[in-house]
Amino acid sequence: MLKRKQQTNQPMNFSQKSGGKSPTRPKTNSTQNLGAAGLRKLLFAAGIASLCASCQNPPAPTATTPGGSPGTSPAATPVAVSSPGDPNTVKIVSMLPMTGSALGQAQTLVNGIQQALAETNSKACDGKIQIQYEVYDDATAAAGKWDPAQVTSNSNKAVADGSVVAVIGHYNSGAAKLSIPVLNQANIVMISPANTYPGLTKPGKGEAKEPNVYYPAGTRNFTRVVPADDLQGAVAGNWAKSLGVQKVYILDDQELYGKGIADVFEPTAKKLGIQVLGREGIDIKASDYKALMNKIKALNPDMIYFGGTTQSNAGQIIKDMRNVGMTPEAVKFMGPDGIKEQALIDAAGKDAEGIYATFGGLPPQELTGAGAKWYTNYKAKYNAEPEAYAAYAYEAAKVAIGAINKVCKNDRAAIREAVLATKDFNGVLGTWSFDTNGDTSLTTMSGNVVKGGKWEFVNALKLE
Amino acid sequence: MKNWKSILLYLGVVYIVLLLGPIAGFDLPKIVGEIVSSPEVFIQQLLVGLVNGALIAIIALGYTMVYGIIELINFAHGDLYMLGAFASLTVFGAFGMQDGAPLGIAIPVMLVALIVCSVFCAGLNIVVEKYAYRPLRNAPRLAPLISAIGVSFIFQNMGLFWGGLKAFIPVMGSNSAAPKSFPDLLPRVDIFKALGIQTSIVFTTKDLIVLVVAVVLMVLLHVFVQYTRLGKAMRATAQSRDAAKIMGINVDQIIALTFLIGGALAGSAGILVGLYNNTIVFTMGFTAGLRAFTAAVLGGIGNIVGAMLGGVLIGLLSSLSDQYLSSRWTNAWVFGVLVVILAFRPGGLLGENVQEKV
Repeated sequence: MLKRKQQTNQPMNFSQKSGGKSPTRPKTNSTQNLGAAGLRKLLFAAGIASLCASCQNPPAPTATTPGGSPGTSPAATPVAVSSPGDPNTVKIVSMLPMTGSALGQAQTLVNGIQQALAETNSKACDGKIQIQYEVYDDATAAAGKWDPAQVTSNSNKAVADGSVVAVIGHYNSGAAKLSIPVLNQANIVMISPANTYPGLTKPGKGEAKEPNVYYPAGTRNFTRVVPADDLQGAVAGNWAKSLGVQKVYILDDQELYGKGIADVFEPTAKKLGIQVLGREGIDIKASDYKALMNKIKALNPDMIYFGGTTQSNAGQIIKDMRNVGMTPEAVKFMGPDGIKEQALIDAAGKDAEGIYATFGGLPPQELTGAGAKWYTNYKAKYNAEPEAYAAYAYEAAKVAIGAINKVCKNDRAAIREAVLATKDFNGVLGTWSFDTNGDTSLTTMSGNVVKGGKWEFVNALKLE
Repeated sequence: MKNWKSILLYLGVVYIVLLLGPIAGFDLPKIVGEIVSSPEVFIQQLLVGLVNGALIAIIALGYTMVYGIIELINFAHGDLYMLGAFASLTVFGAFGMQDGAPLGIAIPVMLVALIVCSVFCAGLNIVVEKYAYRPLRNAPRLAPLISAIGVSFIFQNMGLFWGGLKAFIPVMGSNSAAPKSFPDLLPRVDIFKALGIQTSIVFTTKDLIVLVVAVVLMVLLHVFVQYTRLGKAMRATAQSRDAAKIMGINVDQIIALTFLIGGALAGSAGILVGLYNNTIVFTMGFTAGLRAFTAAVLGGIGNIVGAMLGGVLIGLLSSLSDQYLSSRWTNAWVFGVLVVILAFRPGGLLGENVQEKV
């Protein structure tokens, strides 16, 4: 048994290499000691810091700096919102989790945006307007996923940068909740390729005061090119029914997106006559879920529905489900689009086989017409498969560029209005419009299953 | 005055318990009814809790040893364990191990991996001790603590970087920061079924192996500290560094040894958890570290047997809470119990009653 006494700050200099210290004055000693080692450590820390700096800020894709002063740092403390600099330069910013397990997905979104910009040579209005693009990271390594403090600081940064006229993001609805109000007051429009939480736009589908709490200025500034979860949760219920599920246990990750989608799935399942055995929120940082899975196993469900994402530990849940003996034949696993990515298959390995996921749209491979062409172009350009939302990011960038083309000057309010007024947009997802809430008119969804270590499209799902 | 304060503290604790109980679905008659009607489920959850607790305990040992000897809460320890898991996954990848590889090949590879990642973590821990903690040993208590948090961040980023080396280590999968699939190598024979006992309780050889390895590691450590010369030197150093030095003990070496053993244990925990849970992720060190730290405090920090006891207690508590209350509230219960125990026994279950400031 180790025991200790309360001696801590005693000098004990007998063996200290940096001698020359008076043993009678412990306080000075410790500070001196700090100072002696401090310089080396500072250098070391600086080295680490510069390493981090270089890896976290991917080089801006459009290298052209606005007129003059190429040395001005964008991080300089913002004083006023105004001073847009060059009136002929506008900036699009993406706010996506470029750190943590969503990186793979987010990178293909960034690719989609860059692709859209490259097709127009980063110019608009016959070359009069130069479009810049900057990638903001809304995640931190410490959190491993999007981080509230980071989101807020990013939003303030965008507001302070006078050339920013449109934001493409977020990936997580919880992050959008924080940034929309900030951008709203500065008239910056946000076009989301992935946020599906209904309460962001639709009254009566989320919390009591939603969505108006997000729009303090009284005008709307948020649009999304992806259908919201009130559709996806319902579609999942229908699909489960058609797969022959009779008893389901529902889990959620206690986050905005995951809980929201489970909240829609639950009543739909009940309405369709599926017995809901229980509903539980999980700790997404737990190292395993064996106890919980044993509990669920004892109830004999046909399916576990998980409202959550790969980052909320879906891989571990699937592994533990199989670990305690729920076989893929006996118990299905279904989740929303948040798990429909390669990262989940990497995490769950062979246990991912046979799991189901709905997706708020068609997977890239299933797009037709302009979408099919986009898919080939993407693969040729990046030599990789796009993840689920890449097409949506591309579409969002196209919407932003279209609005800039209409306005032809650095005017946030006018561009916001132009985006919200998008009607009969002919893009890679088909022809669609934004409604008054900023929601897309598209409702086609798809069901997917993992087969042979890959996501495979099963069928298109329609809301009944 | 002191009495008045402690009464207030007890009231606070009672208030927390009363507040948490009903929200978290704490309904004693119902729970007792469930246990009586299906005791097998209860035993099953005890087993799950026991194995998880043993794993927590191994990590907790690293915290408690370091605290015992230099009174530093080594926040980097959880992340060291994460790096151990990454190291073992890399070894398995190098040998081309996959799910369900034949035991004849898997066992030697597991031993190699165990040795490699124990040595790796031990070495890393010694380096960290030398460059991040030793220069601050006589500094105010806060300095090494912050240094430890810094090291924890460095380790986490090392894990993140490591996961991105998929070009060299294909087992890391396609995405740098996603959870990694860990090969499922341990045999999974249902022990009760093999013995011919008719029951719905599932206890596989996999659980047993993990439990046995954990217990063996803990016993070895206990024996080492209690009955060897070096162990004696460690205890002496923990008691009084000055006196130990006068007695001719090389205190720096003994402290390095403590970090070596702690690192080796973290490495073994990494490979064990990988083999047991079959998923590892670069952020797993933080949660595991927090739980292990709680276990160490619960048992009485600085006390090796206490760390084991605390680990098992936390494991049991969380599995039972998952079953009979709600997984939503498991963490609240774990830390609630910690609050209660610290309120009544500030030194932890097996610790001494010493006032500490951190």
